[in-house]
Amino acid sequence: MSWLVALWETFTNPVFYKLTLSAATPLIFAALGGVFSERTGVTNIALEGIMLMGAFMGVAGTFLFGSPWIGLLLAIVCGMGLALLHAWASINFCADQIVSATALILLAQGLTGFLLEPIFGQPGSTPIFPKIPEVKLTFLGTDSFLYRMIGSLSPLVYIAFLLVIVSWFLIYKTRLGLRMRAVGENPEAADTLGVNVFRIRYFGVIMSGFFAALGGAYLSIGELGQFTENMTGGKGFIALAAMILGNWKPAGAMWACLLFGVAQALNQQLQSNPTLAISSTTKPLFNLLPFVITLIVVGGFVGRTRAPAADGVPYEKKG
Amino acid sequence: MKTNLRRVLIPIVSVFISLLVASVIILWIGEGGFGERFVFLGDAYRAMLKGAFGDTAAWMDTIIKMTPLILTGLAVGFGFRAGVFNIGAEGQMAMGALTATLFAVNASSFPAFIAIPLTVIVGMLAGSVWAGIAGFLKAKTGAHEVITTIMLNWIAYNITNWAVSGPFNDGLNNPRSPEIAEATKLPNILSSQATFMSYGILIAIAAAVVIYVILYKTSMGYEIKSVGFNPYASEYGGINVSKNIILTMAISGALAGLAGTLESMGLYYRFYGTLTSGKGFDGISIALIGQNNPFGIIFASLLISGLRTGSNQMQYVGVPKHIVTIIQSIIIFLVAAERIITSLLRLDKRKGGAA
Repeated sequence: MSWLVALWETFTNPVFYKLTLSAATPLIFAALGGVFSERTGVTNIALEGIMLMGAFMGVAGTFLFGSPWIGLLLAIVCGMGLALLHAWASINFCADQIVSATALILLAQGLTGFLLEPIFGQPGSTPIFPKIPEVKLTFLGTDSFLYRMIGSLSPLVYIAFLLVIVSWFLIYKTRLGLRMRAVGENPEAADTLGVNVFRIRYFGVIMSGFFAALGGAYLSIGELGQFTENMTGGKGFIALAAMILGNWKPAGAMWACLLFGVAQALNQQLQSNPTLAISSTTKPLFNLLPFVITLIVVGGFVGRTRAPAADGVPYEKKG
Repeated sequence: MKTNLRRVLIPIVSVFISLLVASVIILWIGEGGFGERFVFLGDAYRAMLKGAFGDTAAWMDTIIKMTPLILTGLAVGFGFRAGVFNIGAEGQMAMGALTATLFAVNASSFPAFIAIPLTVIVGMLAGSVWAGIAGFLKAKTGAHEVITTIMLNWIAYNITNWAVSGPFNDGLNNPRSPEIAEATKLPNILSSQATFMSYGILIAIAAAVVIYVILYKTSMGYEIKSVGFNPYASEYGGINVSKNIILTMAISGALAGLAGTLESMGLYYRFYGTLTSGKGFDGISIALIGQNNPFGIIFASLLISGLRTGSNQMQYVGVPKHIVTIIQSIIIFLVAAERIITSLLRLDKRKGGAA
């Protein structure tokens, strides 16, 4: 019975919805990145590493230049740089994309851990810095349910949802989007018709760096104001799972990310629920929730979704 | 170009380039003028060599660290042979170690000659079941093993943390299990100062030999390699691809589980929350450097464990130990994109790899 009470308390609490949105936001960014890369035919499991890089550079930029907005810019530039490496290896040199991406994840872990000391003078985590200021929708009335739900969020949350629409438009309603889809499905045919396969793929992969870095920066300078070592904690992979569950479509990925956001928010709210009063030794078990859901979803649904036909297959020009 | 020469040359050049890049980074974090920075670089590498191979204790430390790495390297390399990328050796190692420790703590009634093999089998089985979940999902639903094994890693991490901080805690408030029964402790071959080296290294090398025999001398190995080379042709030729993928993951997981089990039985004598600490992920670099060959993997493990033990010493000179992760990532990147090296060395008869 206490479980039902706890669930009721959770669902009637505006904080639950706020937590869902803020947990989904970094996933939405990264999943959109995955969509861009994989739609052009390059798998990118390095999202995790790019997010980590974005998270670190966001704080580093804030620290070095005194403004979280410049931090955000630096995060994006570095994220795109890391993605460029992946593009170079997998497009020009036909590298195994999974292995190359694994290397980039390690590189991001190594570099961010390594640079902590020379830049901030301490290992493990950075001091706390000012975040990107939250948008206050005070006209909703600061005591209202709606205000406590969506009234004081990081601007990046709104940007994430806006970018879902922009991505949908770009992929389905523009010539560039048509070319991206063509290159991801049948690069030979696209090449014959005069589409530059390499250039389109570079665009897709670099955009994935842009998005994933935004997701990472959200974690550090959007939410926490701090970088801690390996703070992405598997979110890049959850985003990848969301992209698959969303059938490689921006809107689909967004819904999947919201589902994982719900899992995350539920986990947090139930752990601290006074009615359940969960002991501190049992709490680690609750942290399993998002990962178990991802596993079930990927194992159960992946057969029913369809990847772009040329996803992960290097393209070599004949003759 | 002869493939054999190429298989040796590519990892060696990759290691060389990665050390070069690491040197640039070390020069960059150094302080003072040009000359002082080069002295700093020299000090750093000298500290690394001394820490890894300086004296008997250093050698023993390197070999102790090498033992689990051989096994996780074999785990990942064996998977690669069947075309599966088992990135979950970390979780399989943790689950293997936890289950084996659970068994070993309660095994005081057995004599050692039964308790030791039994504990080893329990640990290998646990690792193999954990990896088998991913193998089953890949074979039955097509779920990519990279995503599923990573999720299984996080699940294993949370389960083991919960176990050693709650129900399986030794009662002293540290996240660790009680000590295993005396009968399940692996005997030591050598000891020097405060360092003890167990028979684990011999078990790891024996595992490499067994994997070599499976891969090159049995029809099972032939089928597994065939599936990795071309699953469609294999299926057409009458090989059951699903069965082989599950089997490969199970063997791969058993190796990773053994890695964790030996850490508990031969080194820590209990399960710690930090027992695995990245050794499963190191398996990826090791398999790639060793080119998925069991004997190549032994040499690659020596290299990586040398870097690791050496990096501890390097920290005293003032180089963060993360430099090793950076070195490893560059090696993996270059081995993955081996055409970068072949076109760099102009070994490729075709017009390089570049567009």
